[in-house]
Amino acid sequence: MTDTTPQMTDTGPMGLRLKSAMPWLCAALLLLILPQIFSANATITLMNQMAITIIFALAYNMLLGQGGMLSFGHAVFMGLGGVFAVHVMSYVEAFGAPLPLPLLPLFGGFAGLLLACVIGSFSTRQAGTVFAMISLGVGELIAACSLIFVTFFGGETGVSADRTYGLPVFGVEFLRQSEVYYLIAAWLLLSVFLMYLYTRTPMGRMANAVRDNPERAEFLGYSARWVRFYSFIFSGFFAGIAGGLFALNYEIMTSESMSLVQSGKILLITFLGGMGYFVGPIIGAIVFTLLTTVLGRYTELSALYVGTVFVLTVMYCPRGLAGLLMMHEPAYRLGKLRRLVAPYLKVLIPVLVATLGCAALFEMLFHVRHAPPGDHEMRLYWVTFDSHSPIAWGIVIGVTLLAIMTTRALIPHIKDAWHDANTIDKGAS
Amino acid sequence: MTHALDISGLKKSYGKAEIIRGVDLHITKGERHAIIGPNGAGKSTLFNLITRRMAPSAGKVHLHGQDLNGLVPCKINRMGLSRSFQISNIFPRMSVFENIRCALLWSMGFRYSFWSLVDRSKPLTEAADAIIEQINLTSRRNIPAGVLSYAEQRALEIGLTIAGGADVVMLDEPTAGMSNTETDYIVELIRKVTVDKTLVMVEHDMGVVFGLADRISVLVYGKIIATGTPEEIRANPTVQEAYLGTAIKAEQ
Repeated sequence: MTDTTPQMTDTGPMGLRLKSAMPWLCAALLLLILPQIFSANATITLMNQMAITIIFALAYNMLLGQGGMLSFGHAVFMGLGGVFAVHVMSYVEAFGAPLPLPLLPLFGGFAGLLLACVIGSFSTRQAGTVFAMISLGVGELIAACSLIFVTFFGGETGVSADRTYGLPVFGVEFLRQSEVYYLIAAWLLLSVFLMYLYTRTPMGRMANAVRDNPERAEFLGYSARWVRFYSFIFSGFFAGIAGGLFALNYEIMTSESMSLVQSGKILLITFLGGMGYFVGPIIGAIVFTLLTTVLGRYTELSALYVGTVFVLTVMYCPRGLAGLLMMHEPAYRLGKLRRLVAPYLKVLIPVLVATLGCAALFEMLFHVRHAPPGDHEMRLYWVTFDSHSPIAWGIVIGVTLLAIMTTRALIPHIKDAWHDANTIDKGAS
Repeated sequence: MTHALDISGLKKSYGKAEIIRGVDLHITKGERHAIIGPNGAGKSTLFNLITRRMAPSAGKVHLHGQDLNGLVPCKINRMGLSRSFQISNIFPRMSVFENIRCALLWSMGFRYSFWSLVDRSKPLTEAADAIIEQINLTSRRNIPAGVLSYAEQRALEIGLTIAGGADVVMLDEPTAGMSNTETDYIVELIRKVTVDKTLVMVEHDMGVVFGLADRISVLVYGKIIATGTPEEIRANPTVQEAYLGTAIKAEQ
């Protein structure tokens, strides 16, 4: 029998307790000290990008995960929010309106909200395929508009502005990357907090209900369409906030930022992280940004690897990376998580070797096909060798196969350990 | 005396096929009314027409004297009519508690609120727990509804239907596919939760119907051939001929 009493106390007493505030305090502290540890400008830029992606992914998940609406055109809300924020920035620069820069993302947010009100008024009538198709069409429509209405969207070159227009907030002029970082971090924390709270409101709960069973929700007094509409406009608002922060960070918005590619990317990120969990998109955004940036520095094939990771996620853990983590919850509750560490470490080495081996094969193939004629010398994993030599190929293929076979041989052990960690010990209560 | 439900001349046809061929039915406030009939008589269709899951081809339905024509299900629900479904229609991924809480939100005045937190509303939590207690699912409170047993899902379905406090409750085959013990449990439950309410139910189990209903209507091929108390229905020769004879024999 499952004992339900400990969970029941969770929802019992009201009031803000230290336990529920802890994750937020930890996150705030982490955001505060991160730039002290990683102080390089490039790293701070990366973290800014991550933060913006997290907000966007969470906003997207309000539709996909919470509301059951698959959107193929969500980048337009972020893009429009960004473009609008850039115009506000230019306006303030030109006319010297007293607007402190930290409030700029709000304008992006309201632009996103407004656009979502217009589009949501007809697209949220139904979920499923109809919604997905409308989102695709509208996404393409607005992306096309960005090339037509050149004065507003800036055409091919985009619109740009200068964030340092001179209205220092407490002496901060946002000239340095780290100052922008703190501004973005504050917005990140606020947005994530608000989006989390939203899931705990009647609307947030009904969004889940409509996702699971719109008809039942109708017979409980809620119009499925209005519930979807509210999810849609709030999602648009936070996507707009992300756009405003993007504009603030890069000081330029191009039509590329609202293209189908961006919409597809955010879908991929959300799915990778796990759309069934609130933290899923956060994990997805961090992993995806790291993967693309870090891999992009070392290889030209980064898109191939990211694609492979995505396909493997869809095939083997459809609940995403967050789902993979949450799988360990039963073992954790039983206090037997430690028993999994040794088997995991044991399998980690062959898995790592197999992965690197496969990557090496791709890289070598790419070198053979694309290097200038006569250039046989390639450098991989700190080793320089001849990419055309059969010996090199033999070694790499051999090592990779060996690693794959070792991994396969270890799978039963992992399964045993998993089973052991997830069953209650005999004699234990 | 005002009727809880007034149905007059209700018709539904698909092309030339008439499923409901003019139904007139008046259900008094506070009565337990059962609709019986052979398979394919259109009982579920009649239910769907009354609750506007489908639009009728002709005819009118009045709830507490108000015309339901052109209203969507959520509006009808807000006017005090709630229904269950023949096939369990719950939120499978949510816990039992969350299911019931969702059913309470509108009637407790939360509407489309995004400024209040559900966990912080003590009356909401208490009301949901009271209903879970009533449908005997307290030990299942935090389990996803999708993993409940069939009978438990049916009980939850009834819980969802009555949670909003609607005064007209419509149950579509609440005991379909249940064992005898489970049926007894559900009948007891229905009796308990529909005190002071108007109940309209479709049911196949004659034991349940004759034990529970104040009045019975017999629907055969889209028409009501008789309405009356259980005794009247049992004695009615037309009903005997059309339907009940076989059903009662099967029962004995």
